[in-house]
Amino acid sequence: MTQRRIFVALLVLAALCGPVQVTGATENVRVVSGVPVPDIPRGQGEACVADTAFMRRNHMTLLRHQRDETMREGIRGNLYSLQECIACHAVTGPDGVALTVSSPQHFCRACHDYAAVSIDCFQCHASRPESGLVADGPGQTGGAAPARVSLQ
Amino acid sequence: MSPTKKSPAPTPGFDPVRRRFLSAVAAAAGVTLAPGVILYGISRSAQAVAREPGVAASAEVRWGMLIDVSRCDGGCDKCVSACVEEHGLYGHGRPATDAQWIRKVEVRDPGSGESRSVPVMCQHCASPPCVDVCPTGASFKRADGIVLVDRHICIGCRYCMMACPYKARSFVAEELEDQKTNTPRGPGTVEACNMCVHRVDNGEQPACVQACGMAGGGAMLFGDLRDPDSEISRAVARYATQQIRADLGVDPGVRYRNL
Repeated sequence: MTQRRIFVALLVLAALCGPVQVTGATENVRVVSGVPVPDIPRGQGEACVADTAFMRRNHMTLLRHQRDETMREGIRGNLYSLQECIACHAVTGPDGVALTVSSPQHFCRACHDYAAVSIDCFQCHASRPESGLVADGPGQTGGAAPARVSLQ
Repeated sequence: MSPTKKSPAPTPGFDPVRRRFLSAVAAAAGVTLAPGVILYGISRSAQAVAREPGVAASAEVRWGMLIDVSRCDGGCDKCVSACVEEHGLYGHGRPATDAQWIRKVEVRDPGSGESRSVPVMCQHCASPPCVDVCPTGASFKRADGIVLVDRHICIGCRYCMMACPYKARSFVAEELEDQKTNTPRGPGTVEACNMCVHRVDNGEQPACVQACGMAGGGAMLFGDLRDPDSEISRAVARYATQQIRADLGVDPGVRYRNL
């Protein structure tokens, strides 16, 4: 009977831990119809360099292709530049300064944490604009919580 | 061909259709030639011209430097601090291992006791030993002669550091944050002077050359060694200049005068 008691106790523990884990991950996650979806900060400006759905699927390929062109051949001014991504998608912290990738609020992390895909870019690349400040744009008023767009 | 009422009377031997065709061909040829022409124009004109967006670095150009050591003050380190500022090379107070892209070397002639202060950085060799030894191809020479490390594929083995006769490369061991936007650098990779590629591509001079000029030293001259009309080429042709360890045959792009 002791074994059964332990088993029940474990079940109760697991039941208690379950919701705790979910709440632990809710910082960037919204629950829509019972399904957690990432809460993605909206970028500045009118539109991204390409359609949102296309960028979601292909941004990594675009960036990898461009990185070789820029690095090896010295081709500048390409459309898919990580520097531009960072400039447009910088998220302002409560102090009005752009957040680095160390913050879970960072644009890239909002999705990558959710998808559990690690990014190596920011081991070397700057994860926020150099000035550390973000120009005011739609949803980027200094200090206020950034407007968010969610995957539906 | 029979002329219509509206068209002017054709001159003998003149065919408007043929002319239109030929003009179209000429226009198309002009467009096609334009990038080549522009490229040539950039390579042969003054160095303060930015390369067009979308145009690759060209082998028509070989970027180089000429450093007049007699004009380099021993107490001045403006070039070094400009480099640190430009690339965010803030160290950890450990001079032996901190990243160093350019350094001042004191050389002394034991016979006469005369000494010189020499700025030494990556010499951007035409036959770079670092590129020869790199097992992954991360160390490479760009078409315009600038030697770079592709840190996307650098595995941090440091063979290039051993191969470099100029002790020009550094290894980054610690994690970094808030790197400069134009100078990505991170742990586990080797790095060296990149001749400020982002500035050069933008038609500007490297940070050290600019700082030296502004400090009044004017010891450093940057330009295209392939262009016979560039200031640097004329200076190299007129004065006796030398490369450090020219005997190695690696043909450095950085030359020294009055050394």
